[in-house]
Amino acid sequence: MSIDMSQFHEAFFEESFEGLEIMESELLTLDVGAGDVEIINTIFRAAHSIKGGAGTFGFMNVSEFTHVMETLLDEMRDGSRDVTQFAVDSLLGSVDVLRTMLEAARDNTEVDEEMVAARYAVLNKILKEEVSDSSSVDDVEPVPAPPADASVNNAVGEGWVISFIPHTDLLMAGNDPVRMFRALSELGELSAKVDYSKLPPFTELVPEDLYLSWVLTLAGDISKADIEEVFEWVEDDCDLTITPLVGNTQNEQAVAEPAAVVEPVAVSTVAPRPVKEKVSDNSAANQVAEKKKPVTKPKKATESASIRVGIDKVDEIINLVGELVITQSMLDQVGEDLEAHAEAASVGGDSGSQKINADILLRLNKGLAQLERNTRELQDGVMRIRMLPISFVFSRMPRLVHDLSAKLNKKIDLQVSGEETELDKTVMENIGDPLVHLVRNALDHGIETPDIRLAAGKPETGILTLNAYHQGGNVIIEIKDDGAGINKARVRAKAIEKGIIAEGDSLTDDEINHLIFAPGFSTAEVVSDVSGRGVGMDVVKTSITKLGGRVVVQSEEGKGSVFTIRLPLTLAILDGQLVTVGGESYVIPLIAIIESLQVDRTQINAVAGKAEVYKLRDEYIPIIRARAVFGVEDNKADLHESLMVIVEVDGSPVGIIVDELQGQQQVVIKSLETNYRKVETMSGATILGDGTVALIWDVNGMVSVHKKKLNNGVIKA
Amino acid sequence: MSTSLDPVSDDVEVTDNIHENQYLTFLLGDEEYGVDILRVQEIRGWDSVTTIPNAPAFIKGVINLRGTIVSILDLRERFGIESVDYNELTVVVVLRVKGEGKDRIMGVVVDAVSEVYHIAENDLKDPPDLGYAINMDYMKGMATVDNKMVSILDIDQLMSLKDIDDATESGGKAGA
Repeated sequence: MSIDMSQFHEAFFEESFEGLEIMESELLTLDVGAGDVEIINTIFRAAHSIKGGAGTFGFMNVSEFTHVMETLLDEMRDGSRDVTQFAVDSLLGSVDVLRTMLEAARDNTEVDEEMVAARYAVLNKILKEEVSDSSSVDDVEPVPAPPADASVNNAVGEGWVISFIPHTDLLMAGNDPVRMFRALSELGELSAKVDYSKLPPFTELVPEDLYLSWVLTLAGDISKADIEEVFEWVEDDCDLTITPLVGNTQNEQAVAEPAAVVEPVAVSTVAPRPVKEKVSDNSAANQVAEKKKPVTKPKKATESASIRVGIDKVDEIINLVGELVITQSMLDQVGEDLEAHAEAASVGGDSGSQKINADILLRLNKGLAQLERNTRELQDGVMRIRMLPISFVFSRMPRLVHDLSAKLNKKIDLQVSGEETELDKTVMENIGDPLVHLVRNALDHGIETPDIRLAAGKPETGILTLNAYHQGGNVIIEIKDDGAGINKARVRAKAIEKGIIAEGDSLTDDEINHLIFAPGFSTAEVVSDVSGRGVGMDVVKTSITKLGGRVVVQSEEGKGSVFTIRLPLTLAILDGQLVTVGGESYVIPLIAIIESLQVDRTQINAVAGKAEVYKLRDEYIPIIRARAVFGVEDNKADLHESLMVIVEVDGSPVGIIVDELQGQQQVVIKSLETNYRKVETMSGATILGDGTVALIWDVNGMVSVHKKKLNNGVIKA
Repeated sequence: MSTSLDPVSDDVEVTDNIHENQYLTFLLGDEEYGVDILRVQEIRGWDSVTTIPNAPAFIKGVINLRGTIVSILDLRERFGIESVDYNELTVVVVLRVKGEGKDRIMGVVVDAVSEVYHIAENDLKDPPDLGYAINMDYMKGMATVDNKMVSILDIDQLMSLKDIDDATESGGKAGA
């Protein structure tokens, strides 16, 4: 019987990456010196399940590598090894290597062997450091050099005696001894002796528990590693002793290990003890390899297409569907009553019919109201399936801060809150990189080095705060640091130098702050590999805009900066304002709208006889006529009492003249590009309640089309 | 209603791939045009569309086709034939168009649908390269059926996005 394992691969990778995340975050909380056993246990468990899974699915390199990590963790757990900063750092590094290996396994690409070998060398070096403590299990497997390894592991012999004493709960994990025995019998001639002395009387027998133990004799030319592989899944759930068959003198192991057949004590000697010299040879060789930089980093794979959904969310939807069915039958009833009533009315007797009519109408309205509520709730429920807590993104940050602060010699305290805030999966996948950019920037440019901080009268340790929360259909993410803030004079000088603004331009503080988002802008005096290539902020802004969000920065020199990202909850639905222009309905994304107002003639000015501007309170904002942008005939010379929607474009307000304002409503976004092409002024389309199509504005596109038409002389103001 | 002019109709290949040679034809004024029937998704009556700002004139707009946004192209305007008012006979032929790495669904407005013809590959002649209203790139060939001339269109070329882009560019400048 063979099962196609590949169907489980996706789940395995998903779980493994989750496991890696757990390992990473727990490693970061691990205190050097006094390792909390609980934390180490958590890390160990995560590593262990990755190892088990990898073994099952045949990713031997992954399981071997994890095994070495596990050994180190095991020693930390039982206290025979101190938790040193070096060990923690190399474990963190190993997590990275493991991730690369898993990614390579998933994408069927090559693993950078040198990188893996280098990491093996580091781990083995740590393991070797305290060889004096050899009483503990130091089952170092010199995996990087399989040929050398083979002489130990693949000891040719006549066979093995395996003492297999499972713990009573072995069956709970779905392991079946019979299956393992069958696998063993494929390796060689197997004979088994069962010990059923622990079997309780029938009345006390718990059918889910395992009371038996076995002594197995496996004859033939078999390597020990093969046997171990069979028991790979259960090695923690049983006491396992593998000894060579008596009489086998070729194996060095036989000398070291007592030849006792059954060891009733709970000692698990799973792996053979390697010859120590071999280990040092390996690590020496690998240290050479380590000096060479890992060459290529495998490219990031596409995001997974599956999603894990909490059972509560599914239950909720099932409940909602139940309610929907009830509403449907209720409306059905109304329909039948109405039909019966119509028949009765046609036969005659008009007296009571009016009253019944009113009654049916009342029920119909009630049913429709209920249907509306059901639909809305169902929509919300289905949308929530796509929602994931933002901790998926935030969880990357502690590691980033940990690594970067060490690199930059800064002391930083990362405070994260609102991790449970939920966000659409697609938005989440696309917000990760911009967030990393912003955090890097805050660390690199924002927070100062300890000496500068002390000189400025601030505490040595800088505080970086990540916060997320919901606000009216949007998700707000704040990245706040108490660093130097944006140096406005320098930003201004730089912007002039780069030709982004002119010498004489007068800008508000806010406008200066937002210059950092301009393409090709970077004030970092030294371009570091952390940030400062001058693409970062520009890209951050573009990616956030692409998601239908906005980013603003507030900064006070010497006090710090706050970056606020405002994102839509989901990409599939948008809150929109319906407007009409030239007889067509359009949707303006509510997130872009600042306010709507009626134009007052006295506030309009023409600048240089060309563009029109509007004086809104103490600000002058450009006016764009939607009709002109769309090429629709515009016979309104005077804009008095016209409706103007003020939208935000690149951080500054722009007024757009529309014909009519209609209601606000949630619309489902449909792509125009699926069957057509990109329309510069539109970000998509939607279907309105009456089945007609309405296009959704892209206000940035509107402004650039307006500019183009103005320059071409198509529009005259 | 279909007339086979295939002289080698005993050819097994042809009978096996009988649909390969079926064409749906429609009318534009007096002229009859055909498209590969396998590319036709459906035929529907003309209904109002939502116009797309700054689109070339031959793009009438978009419609909601059971939840999908589909653009509608007027074939008369595409060919530069004098346009007529839409009436109850005016239909939209919804076609599956290939090209630019993906399949698209687009509708074309025509005066009326006509027939389904079975035309063998051999009977498809190269169009004469003169005095013809349409750009030769859009033509797959011509055939004579029942003494009528039918122009077979290459819809992938006809509806390519590149042409729409070019038209949008020039339309954007000259429009308004």
